[in-house]
Amino acid sequence: MKQAPVTTGYGAAIRDGFEYLLASHPSVFTIGQGLWSPWYVGNSMTDLDSQFGRERVIDTPVSELGCTGAALGAALCGYRPIVIHPRVDFMLLAVDQIVTQAAKWRSMFGGQVSAPITIRAIINRGGEQGAQHSQSLQSWFAHIPGLRVVMPSTPTDARDLLIASVLSDDPVLYLDDRWLYGLEEELPPIEERNLASEGPRLTRSGQDLTLVGCSYSAHLCREAAARLSANGIECDVIDIRVLNPLDATLMIKSVRKTGRVLAVDGDWRSCGMAAEVIASIVEAVDPRLMRASPRRVTLPDAPAPTSNPLERSYYPTVDYIVQRGLALVGAQQETFE
Amino acid sequence: MILIRVVEEKIGDMVSQGVVKCPCHLAIGQEAPAVGVAGFVRQGDRVFGAHRSHGHYLALGGSPHGLLAEVQGKDTGVSRGMGGSMHLIDIPNGLFGTVPIVGATIPIAVGAGLAAKMDGRGEMAVSFFGDGATEEGAFHESMNLAAVLKAPVLFVCENNFFSSHLHINLRQPDSSVCRYAEAHRVAWARADGNDLVAVRAVTKEAVDAIRAGEGPRFLELVTYRWRGHVGHREDEDVGVKRKDDLTRWKLRDPISRLAVALDKLGTLNRQQLKSYWTDAHAVVEEAWATATHDGYPPAKALLTRVYSGTMAQKR
Ligand SMILES: Cc1ncc(C[n+]2csc(CCOP(=O)(O)OP(=O)(O)O)c2C)c(N)n1
Repeated sequence: MKQAPVTTGYGAAIRDGFEYLLASHPSVFTIGQGLWSPWYVGNSMTDLDSQFGRERVIDTPVSELGCTGAALGAALCGYRPIVIHPRVDFMLLAVDQIVTQAAKWRSMFGGQVSAPITIRAIINRGGEQGAQHSQSLQSWFAHIPGLRVVMPSTPTDARDLLIASVLSDDPVLYLDDRWLYGLEEELPPIEERNLASEGPRLTRSGQDLTLVGCSYSAHLCREAAARLSANGIECDVIDIRVLNPLDATLMIKSVRKTGRVLAVDGDWRSCGMAAEVIASIVEAVDPRLMRASPRRVTLPDAPAPTSNPLERSYYPTVDYIVQRGLALVGAQQETFE
Repeated sequence: MILIRVVEEKIGDMVSQGVVKCPCHLAIGQEAPAVGVAGFVRQGDRVFGAHRSHGHYLALGGSPHGLLAEVQGKDTGVSRGMGGSMHLIDIPNGLFGTVPIVGATIPIAVGAGLAAKMDGRGEMAVSFFGDGATEEGAFHESMNLAAVLKAPVLFVCENNFFSSHLHINLRQPDSSVCRYAEAHRVAWARADGNDLVAVRAVTKEAVDAIRAGEGPRFLELVTYRWRGHVGHREDEDVGVKRKDDLTRWKLRDPISRLAVALDKLGTLNRQQLKSYWTDAHAVVEEAWATATHDGYPPAKALLTRVYSGTMAQKR
């Protein structure tokens, strides 16, 4: 009898990453809100406190700024802490420590020291939670030199990029998305990778259109590409994975081939990640190679509403991306239903 | 208190049936601080709350319909369906806003107090928050700021011992939070938050001092929530086991304690009490029924409610 492959979900894969780090690197510890509760962090930390002790898996008072700064301090003294903010929104109370302290530390002191802190924040939208529990804000943080920004869209990346983030000597913001937790995959053995050499990845190949996204949007792009393929449109799909520093090489190469790009992002439109992707591409691609103007699909520039009908129209869907992809390619419109 | 209890039980039932989907943080068992403090709020005062503020809204005179429509995301809700349970506003009754980011409205209340001081009409600001909020830097900055500015602010900490799944003993070196007021030289009082009479007594004293221009005051009202951190369940949602404590605290029900006391004084008999409950149920059922028939916000509301002048950008 053939054995069924063992698949692991995105949330469980994060847990695998934590387990590996805590087991094999004594300098790793984790601190933040909700670490002893399933409610905040889903299945991504289950039982780690009993396995590794509550000295290394620390649940905290409601003190985002203090905890982030304390982790930074420990990082400067030889530890590799992972601070957890169960929602990106709560992390904003710690922005000074992330943006003005951690991200600046190395350069400000002449490159002599490093601040190997990993800040993990969870994107947790929807569910009628409204404006203050739905932000993702990757565009903001990707703007900050010195801060690496990582957004995995697959279970394997969720595990391996977490490990790479923690082992990186730089401060890293690692954003995972609750909407991806159900995604399952057969995981390869763990590999310690160098985050500095990780970057965007081509996850599907086609000649008609380039779809670029990160995190949940990369997942939407993959689904949309499959649907577009059924309509005779073949897409290159690029999963950004590491938003900062952004390596646009792959996107540029892809658009030179396809002549069309649709950038998808689950953050706001203005000054956003999708705009950055498009700008990086059009700066490098000869306009004569472009077969259509670049387009972006993002959130509208409005805070998240709670009311269900509004919330449903707020987030980009596969349907919407397919529609925009079809419009961009300009052909086969009638075959779309 | 009875109306708050009945409204929140209704919301809890609707959460358990999956009809209400927005996160609802119920204050069942904690009705006395809201009612006790609201009794001293007058026209022109500015009140701020947090994620667990249905009681504050209702105690200030908010309509059950406005709240029940809001938790259903209806256009007739107090925040026109844009906010849900955690974002309530009712300016005519003095409620200037409740938000779920812990501690966020504490400095805002100080600013409202400052504005009241500049207005010079003896009005004040009230800031409701939980024990968890005293762990945030914003709380300490605000207390200090209010103290040096002599801002007319009533800080009301409803200490229910929990911040989500963590008991205060796991978060602070002391289970009482008045020491912070002491540190910031803000005069304070601590009272049984399940005793409406006690709450009213400390509030009156504090409000009189604030209105007399003495600057901010701090109240710690000790109470307990009967339901879980969020939703209708008692606490399984966050894995907290506290059955014995909960049983004991239910014996300290603020409503029945008051009813028994009034009965002893001969000012409220069983019949009257029963009619209060019946009336509250009738009001709530009717408000709920109306709200279910109300409409959702129009699609364009997403973009038209962002800026005062022009529309926000589509995607
Ligand atoms: C800045 C921030 N951090 C964390 C949270 C998650 N959170 C929501 S309510 C809450 C508990 C706060 O406890 P407390 O202030 O005591 O209020 P209670 O829930 O007991 O009424 C927490 C941690 C949040 N909403 N905002």
